[in-house]
Amino acid sequence: MFRNQYDTDVTTWSPAGRLFQVEYAMEAVKQGSAAIGLRSKTHVVLACVNKANSELSSHQKKIFKVDDHIGVAIAGLTADGRVLSRYMRSECINYNYTYESPLPVGRLVVQLADKAQVCTQRSWKRPYGVGLLVGGLDESGAHLYYNCPSGNYFEYQAFAIGSRSQAAKTYLERRFENFTNSSREDLIKDALIATRETLQGEKLRSSICTIAVVGVEEPFHILDQDTVQKLIDAFEIVGQDEPSVAEPDVATEPGAAAEEGAGAGAGAGAGAGDGAGQGAVAEPDVAPMDI
Amino acid sequence: MESNQAKPGLLCNPDASQRTLYPYVTGTSVVALKYKDGILMAADMGGSYGSTLRYKSVERMKPIGKHSLLGASGEISDFQELLRYLDELILYDNMWDDGNSLGPKEVHNYLTRVMYNRRNKFNPLWNSLVLGGVKKGQKYLGMVSMIGVNFEDNHVATGFGNHLARPILRDEWHENLTFEEGVKLLEKCMRVLLYRDRSAVNKLQISKITEEGVTISQPYSLKTFWGFSAFENPTLGAEGSW
Repeated sequence: MFRNQYDTDVTTWSPAGRLFQVEYAMEAVKQGSAAIGLRSKTHVVLACVNKANSELSSHQKKIFKVDDHIGVAIAGLTADGRVLSRYMRSECINYNYTYESPLPVGRLVVQLADKAQVCTQRSWKRPYGVGLLVGGLDESGAHLYYNCPSGNYFEYQAFAIGSRSQAAKTYLERRFENFTNSSREDLIKDALIATRETLQGEKLRSSICTIAVVGVEEPFHILDQDTVQKLIDAFEIVGQDEPSVAEPDVATEPGAAAEEGAGAGAGAGAGAGDGAGQGAVAEPDVAPMDI
Repeated sequence: MESNQAKPGLLCNPDASQRTLYPYVTGTSVVALKYKDGILMAADMGGSYGSTLRYKSVERMKPIGKHSLLGASGEISDFQELLRYLDELILYDNMWDDGNSLGPKEVHNYLTRVMYNRRNKFNPLWNSLVLGGVKKGQKYLGMVSMIGVNFEDNHVATGFGNHLARPILRDEWHENLTFEEGVKLLEKCMRVLLYRDRSAVNKLQISKITEEGVTISQPYSLKTFWGFSAFENPTLGAEGSW
């Protein structure tokens, strides 16, 4: 069943000047699990939430290394994301063959956007159902871009896409002004906290998130699970020790801790747990008893 | 019909395609060196038609984009074609309008790819190329041969310059040459080449590239002295030559 007569075909305008198929593709991005990116002057950190499709399966890879200086985090149709990251890899390698220097991030992003745009203007195609956070480093510094199925692209200091990304964006919006001069470690910490914001009551564990870093003197790489777990452990101690010192953390840290308890009880409405029951810190690795 | 018939033992009909089998109008050596602020390059303006000094005002050094300077010896028309490729390359690079630009390293590597690709088609561009430039404080000087061999060095020379100028440069070049010292050293090389390379002509240009950009000098001549006794009867003592 169609929503209306204008959304059968990508290239057909609605009288209001909209392309519904393209908008649906952008909805697909919101369905995917969250991906987060943030940058300082010297580093870009990408993070994502890994969700397995079933209890029996493993999760899909959502962060890809494109080249030593570029990586990408995706949300939406993972299959489309893989195709696009393969395209990006081949563009990088070809540029490197011809010029023996790394492809500027901005140029790759434009090429990618042009590729997505073509799909919005051909009746026999469909737009890519994936949003990409492209992080990279080049002569002009660190960059973070968001590429949209519509063929639009935007440069960001920090951004989040995918399901419940609004929570992460809210966190990032409060903090982004400090990111420019952040250290690598602080950037990763903020990425982890922002990732945690998108979780619904679930505890942040290294098994459900991936972190990747690229920076000056540091080629793009995905942090291994042990490293991530250590970082999570380290920053959660900090979060509990100094809630009164780190001013922006006051609202988030205990709130998120409360989410664990409240979220399990309230089901979908875990976001409302913010601020409630400040003292009720759930015991780590203990299942809430009121399921 | 007959001409389309493949000749036995050949992969394709040699009559069906045309490629450069030998050069027609050629320029001789290019000499270049790094100095304190950038790169200096020298080349004379002769264009030889075989062994005839046919043209006397051939410019063999051209700026490529903002940061590079290209000098060429060998087939002049191939050099001109190469300049067309590079013009297009720089144009498309500028059209991105994103603040990024190709530096000397990138142009050098591009040239290497073009030269090697053409030789793989058995249709080489008949040149030896010298590429110098400065970008973000980095000096760059490299060479590409007709078949795609490429390298970087502090001083380079093509053709006869390899034999006659490089030994001088190896003796006298150092990192902190001033502009004046650099020009003097290049002129010394060019003078030797003028004396000993029969295709060299006494009309040359010197160009420099620094962070500020490219300047190519007006053509000028070197002072020469032909009264040396060794020049008067050069074959004396060289038994068996005429």
